[in-house]
Amino acid sequence: MDPEQFFTASGVIIVAGKGGVGKTAVTAALAVAASSVGCRTLIVEVEGKSGLAAMFDSEQLSFDELVLVEPGSPVEPVGLQGSEQEPVQMHGGVSARTVTPDEALVEYLRAHGMQRISNRLVSLGAVELISTAVPGIRDILVLGAVKAVERSGSYDLIVLDAPAAGHAISFLRSASGLVDAVKVGPIHAQAKEVLDLLHDPTRCRVVLVTAPEETPVNELIETAYSLEDEVGVALGPVVVNGVLESLAGLGSEPQVAARDAGVQLLEGEAEMLRAAAEFRAVRTELQLTQLDRMAQDLPLPQLHLPYLFVTDLSRPELNTLAESLLDGVRGLPEPRPAP
Amino acid sequence: MSRRPTDVDESLESVVATSDVVICCGSGGVGKTTTAAVIAMHAAQQGRRAVVVTIDPARRLADALGLDGLTNEPALVEGPWPGEMWAMMLDTKSTFDDLVRRYSADDDQADQILSNSFYLNISGSLSGTQEYMASEKLYELAVEGDFDLVVVDTPPTRNALDFLEAPQRLAKFLDHRLYRVLTTPNRGIVKAVNVAAQTLMRSIAKVVGADVIGDAIAFFGAFDGMEKGFAERATEVDRLLSEQSTAFVLVASPHSDTMAEATYFAGELARLDIAVRALVVNRMQPSFGEGTSVGARLRAEALEGTELGDLYRSLAESRLLAEGEHQHLRGLADDVAPAPVVGVAVQPFEVSDLDTLMQLGEVLFDPVSLLTSDTERGSDGGPAVEPAGDPR
Repeated sequence: MDPEQFFTASGVIIVAGKGGVGKTAVTAALAVAASSVGCRTLIVEVEGKSGLAAMFDSEQLSFDELVLVEPGSPVEPVGLQGSEQEPVQMHGGVSARTVTPDEALVEYLRAHGMQRISNRLVSLGAVELISTAVPGIRDILVLGAVKAVERSGSYDLIVLDAPAAGHAISFLRSASGLVDAVKVGPIHAQAKEVLDLLHDPTRCRVVLVTAPEETPVNELIETAYSLEDEVGVALGPVVVNGVLESLAGLGSEPQVAARDAGVQLLEGEAEMLRAAAEFRAVRTELQLTQLDRMAQDLPLPQLHLPYLFVTDLSRPELNTLAESLLDGVRGLPEPRPAP
Repeated sequence: MSRRPTDVDESLESVVATSDVVICCGSGGVGKTTTAAVIAMHAAQQGRRAVVVTIDPARRLADALGLDGLTNEPALVEGPWPGEMWAMMLDTKSTFDDLVRRYSADDDQADQILSNSFYLNISGSLSGTQEYMASEKLYELAVEGDFDLVVVDTPPTRNALDFLEAPQRLAKFLDHRLYRVLTTPNRGIVKAVNVAAQTLMRSIAKVVGADVIGDAIAFFGAFDGMEKGFAERATEVDRLLSEQSTAFVLVASPHSDTMAEATYFAGELARLDIAVRALVVNRMQPSFGEGTSVGARLRAEALEGTELGDLYRSLAESRLLAEGEHQHLRGLADDVAPAPVVGVAVQPFEVSDLDTLMQLGEVLFDPVSLLTSDTERGSDGGPAVEPAGDPR
């Protein structure tokens, strides 16, 4: 599938996954990938603090949009396969901002001519109170704000870094709950519009992120079915983060491999090499088992991101991940033509 | 609470042995629940009567503990140990219900509150409620239960201090001044306040609907008089959390984001004058011997395309990651000094039954896992210390 077509198939991609699987990294990589095929991309963080800014070597995100990748900057060739014939690709640009419930409520009330109420409510600390009285209101305010950006047409793609998996379901379910709970007024209208967004696969998709390990895979499968059944939102491919590259030579005996290569091993080296190889082989095997199991239990295509042997991600690593995503997307089947 | 003297070399073993309460804290996805379960199991192996309060455990861990279908009360985990291990899964709502029953004047007041829809919202969704109920359950078990050790797994939270601040926050919420304003008409205060309150109420009703406001006012009406009991309880819980026999164990994984959160949490605890008594770093990469990644990588590059090249590459990549992890760890180890630092290597198995739980326990409490050496804390960056559980 053509990456540009993939990234513009819906104006919003919601990225969800269990804590510790690299959801924020995948959010960043998706945005860079979309930008590199020319999409004007916005990342929205719903939990104030995140490691996203550091990956782009940027200051912390805030309510105001911050440019992370300049529109029109050249797409850096990644790896060795960058060919000379191709014209230099330009980035569509990546911006990022936060949308927290308090910010969203104030913005919403102001946009609806209720500035005076909004000041009063905020000064009384009533936001927490209201959101307790009406569960899900925080989520609807955030999703409503995202919807407003989507409707404005300023971006080709909005990538939303959703709350961690368990919360993602209630986060996305809040709209249908509220439509029933609050029968009239602006919140009802807002919830209804958010529901329209979530139910329209041409406007919104959820991309689930997992690590190729037993517990995250279990949770992912559960989340996927809950989202489809309870929220009715379209699911994009699953992104599997941290897939170990298989190395052909891992199974070979170090002494034999050394003789074949015409090299003398130092004392103790054979043991180190063997231990490292066995360790990796076992983990690779475990990963493959989980990937197979997921493929069987969940009929969604998988995009695999390589395991990166670093503790901090920065632009070069994001570029690598983005390139892997693009490769994965190119390998997806063409969408069926509309009837 | 002050930090312990530095002349005693502590280990996770000694921290657990000298504590009545262990609180495992850290961000989500770092193996916090499993670590909490292993600590309780270890205490049972030492002949103590221990209980672990888990919050939303992964399915397989719940199965391993036999937690399936359990209620909000501890259940015995049968195992080959001289002591007792109990485990329970926190049920936020029923813990809250119990609390309401405890502090209500009579059954009528309790029933009125328990059936109010605003209450149902609070007990299910008010941020911090889960944290509050976790500490409430901890208090109940520690003070009223017959246990030698209570281990609590704190809810995964972005704001690491929620667990500590939730009791006071909720008590404050229940005493919210906006509700004071809204409920003043019942208390016969001057008319001016009344008018202002009515105006504001209409404003809020405009946004969320009048039913909602009605429920909330009915709730606070029914709750009247109970907020004192809640506030006192919150203070008691606070006191328990700051006792010397309560140990905070910080759990992290060696990735930069969870390390950053752990560092932040350590700082916040220090600000409250609470010491991190042990740091557990799960899922560390073994480095396989004492060489560096650079040497291995150069050989991998020179031998690219051969089987030996692949072997060197796998060694180089392992070491590169291990080096990065150890570098991150150093700063955090300094922050929590003199707390012992335990490094647990990535295990080639998942905890799925008591055997694997015990296997992990052996690694966690193995003195070899202690990374609290000069190498870890030192600034000169000596060779990386091997995390325990290295599968060789």
